[in-house]
Amino acid sequence: MELTIFIIVAVLSVVSALGVIFNKNVVYSALFLLVNFLTIAVFYLMLNAQFLGMVQILVYAGAIVVLILFVVMLLGEQLGEDISSWVTPANGVIIVLALILLTIIGTAVTDYPTTGAKGDFTPELIQEYGQAEMIGVTLFTDYLLSVQLAGVLLLVGIVGVIWLARNDEQLPATGDVPTKEA
Amino acid sequence: MIGNWQSVIDKQRMTNLIWLVIALPLAGALFNGIFGRRVGYQVVAKVAPTMVFLAFLIGLGGAFETYARHGKAQLVTLWTWAEIGELNIPISFLVDPLSMTMVLVITGVGFLIHIYATDYMVHHHHGETHPDRDFARFFTFLNLFIASMLVLVLGDNYLMMFIGWELVGACSYLLIGFWHDRGDDPQPAIEIEGGEAVQVAPLLSPAASGMKAFVVNRIGDVGFALGVFLIWTTFGTLQFDQLFSRIASSAEMYRESALHGEFTVISMIALLLFIGAMGKSAQIPLYVWLPDAMAGPTPVSALIHAATMVTAGIYMIVRSNIIYTSAPNVSFLVAMVGALTAFFAATIALVQVDLKRVLAYSTVSQLGYMFMAVGVGAYTAGMFHLVTHAFFKACLFLGAGSVMHALGDVIDIRRMGGLRKKMPHTAMTFYLGGLALAGFPLTAGFFSKDEILAKTFEYSPMLWGIGIVTAGMTAFYTFRAIFLAFEGEPRDQELYDHAHENRLAVTAPLWILAVLAIFGGLLGLPAPLLHGVGIDIPHAMENWLHPVIQQVGHHEVHHLPFITELALFLISGFLGVASIGLAYYFYIVDRSIPQNLARSTHPIFALLVNKYYIDELYNTVFVKPALTLSNTMSRGIDQTLIDGIVDGSAYGIAELGKYLSQLQNGFISRYALATFIGVLFLVGYFFLGGQFPNWIY
Amino acid sequence: MIGAVPLSYYLLLSAILFTIGAGGVLIRRNAIIILMCVEMMMNAVNLTFVAFSSYLDSATGQIFVFMVMVVAAVEVAVGLALLVELNRHKEAVNIDEFNSLKG
Repeated sequence: MELTIFIIVAVLSVVSALGVIFNKNVVYSALFLLVNFLTIAVFYLMLNAQFLGMVQILVYAGAIVVLILFVVMLLGEQLGEDISSWVTPANGVIIVLALILLTIIGTAVTDYPTTGAKGDFTPELIQEYGQAEMIGVTLFTDYLLSVQLAGVLLLVGIVGVIWLARNDEQLPATGDVPTKEA
Repeated sequence: MIGNWQSVIDKQRMTNLIWLVIALPLAGALFNGIFGRRVGYQVVAKVAPTMVFLAFLIGLGGAFETYARHGKAQLVTLWTWAEIGELNIPISFLVDPLSMTMVLVITGVGFLIHIYATDYMVHHHHGETHPDRDFARFFTFLNLFIASMLVLVLGDNYLMMFIGWELVGACSYLLIGFWHDRGDDPQPAIEIEGGEAVQVAPLLSPAASGMKAFVVNRIGDVGFALGVFLIWTTFGTLQFDQLFSRIASSAEMYRESALHGEFTVISMIALLLFIGAMGKSAQIPLYVWLPDAMAGPTPVSALIHAATMVTAGIYMIVRSNIIYTSAPNVSFLVAMVGALTAFFAATIALVQVDLKRVLAYSTVSQLGYMFMAVGVGAYTAGMFHLVTHAFFKACLFLGAGSVMHALGDVIDIRRMGGLRKKMPHTAMTFYLGGLALAGFPLTAGFFSKDEILAKTFEYSPMLWGIGIVTAGMTAFYTFRAIFLAFEGEPRDQELYDHAHENRLAVTAPLWILAVLAIFGGLLGLPAPLLHGVGIDIPHAMENWLHPVIQQVGHHEVHHLPFITELALFLISGFLGVASIGLAYYFYIVDRSIPQNLARSTHPIFALLVNKYYIDELYNTVFVKPALTLSNTMSRGIDQTLIDGIVDGSAYGIAELGKYLSQLQNGFISRYALATFIGVLFLVGYFFLGGQFPNWIY
Repeated sequence: MIGAVPLSYYLLLSAILFTIGAGGVLIRRNAIIILMCVEMMMNAVNLTFVAFSSYLDSATGQIFVFMVMVVAAVEVAVGLALLVELNRHKEAVNIDEFNSLKG
């Protein structure tokens, strides 16, 4: 049962991922991306990371894809390059390289069994305390510094975006001091 | 009253202040070097001599205290300069009769020459005065020289002596090349009536002369440095007192083995140090720089290249007397080299037409005398001659400078003549200095030279023979120059008309030095001779320096018989007078004799005029091959090979960069592709079980 | 529930998604698509983190995913702002048009 769901969703995920790339229309690409993100969220749920699944839907599907769609509309550049223009020797090489990468990783993950010491983030504890609480406690105790840094990163991002997005013509030029005409 | 005086002496105030002797001229040098251009030449002209005079006063006090404690050496330690393992080099000064003698000569004669230079370095034209444009620089170097020379003579170890040795060399270089923008000075050929004219090589430019002096001195300095190293490795100390007491304990042994034909380590040290002395004191074969050093301003020639620096070699040997006494084989070499140099230089001086060169070769010759003296073990006589020579040779050089100054830098005696009427003071003092140099009886030079000759006769009559012939030639060439310059008819009327006596700043030092040149002999009256006629006046110099000279063994002091002493005394006296007479006859009475002589002995004459072609020989044998080698190295090895590699690698990298920069084509997708391929390799490497070698981590 | 799907399946899936994303970055010229592909690659990595986290009972993987999400959000925001700005100047989103930073 599990495996069946996994395979169905995985196929959906891969197809949507391919759909993102091999699509002339940017809007369709964005929508395929949305599907892809949702399938990832499903995997999160299946992996017993429900909280992360919700965040995935909120942040990626809710915010990022919308943002992308918004920009696509804003720029009005809905159409990408012609599909026929993709068939180039360079792209062939890239696809071969990608397949090589895939082969390597695939060999690695199937040939080498994953081992490691188990942690204390067990389903039983999660049942007892609740996932959001446990992640929250971990975030604000063990990983406080990372959270702070993430906050700073977000702030820098906000400032950068505001600076990029300002309209130069409407703002007075900085350092432009009006001078009296002699 | 006397008791108070004694207590003042006992406190050794001046001795402890001896560092000021060095510090004052150094301060003068710093002041003139930093502020000299701003404060104007009159201030410089006061500061520089004042500093040297103050140093002289302190030196006088130090000498007096040394005398009061009967010549006992006193160490004045300032601080430890270096302490590395066993090597301990203190900055300390040795106040003893020898160093005080040198200090007094350096600061005394130095002061007079400073005074002289304050006027000499100012050019008077039609009532206007123009100081030399580098007036301050000149006095900076001159003061620095005084300080350096004092380091040389006051240092109480060989390292400080070596530092002084190098510093005076540097000052000498700086001052010879003082007029660095002047070029070579072509000389007119010497015309001989009815004979072929003899070409004269052009005088080297000051810059080239300075370089020559520096390079030749380097050769000697290598020897000196090696000698110092050998002392350190052999005896483990460079301090004079420790070293000399160590050598003295086995001096007899060294002496014996050296006399039996063994070349001991002491002999090696003595030889290496002597090589240094050869360079600094212009002895064969390293004398060639001194005549060319005359390209410097005349006060420099007088101070550095006659009175003080060139005598550093003598000082060094007298200071190291125990080493040379322990190495009689090297001492003999010293005496031989000295005698040969004395003779050789005197022959060249016979025919030179440049007044300063005559004096320069005379200096080389007189230094040869001094080496002969110290070589035969007559250290006191060597020092005595050093002192008197400083007086009369400084006097003569300053006189020559006075003539140059009056004639607008003309120094060729062929263009002088009759100057006595125009420049009475200069002429008179030149005469007095010349008499001393010629060894005219009862002048300072007579006593010192006679003492050297007497001691040499004791040692080897053969060397005495060379010495006495040289003495005759000395008197002859000195008065040849004097008669040509100051007597007879003016040969260049225009120059003669412009000539004038110089100011007091020039004539006063001349007179003082002239008086010293005449009466300096009182420092060393021939005691044995006087004793023979019933007068007991001690040899002042010998008594004074006695504590410095260490006796080896207990061979009794045997004096020559009175009659021999007297004979030597009379011979040298007579020879001096006779040679002056000969010069008078040649150059005043019958001017055709030297012309005829030059014509009849034309090859010899040309050989002498061209200084035995030694410069040309050295040029061919040493300088040219060295230059060729250097050029080959510079063009072939350095420019082609080394630069080829260096430039080539830089060029190669630049070319590579040009190609590689095409990869940075601005297309982000290409960059991404490159990154992807890199990732592919890394991922492949890690995932497929590979591991980086350990050094990566 | 867990254990029915082996870990290697998740890893293989995320490898496939990552490769597709990387290929997309390389093949496409449209800057927006490239941004999307980058997001997809990050998601693939996130999936690995979560899979490991789940199989090893460790919270660290999930925390890491949070951080990646923050970075991704900032990246998208800045990236899109840059795109808008570039579009103002050059009327293009094709990255090959922006090649003035060449050596």
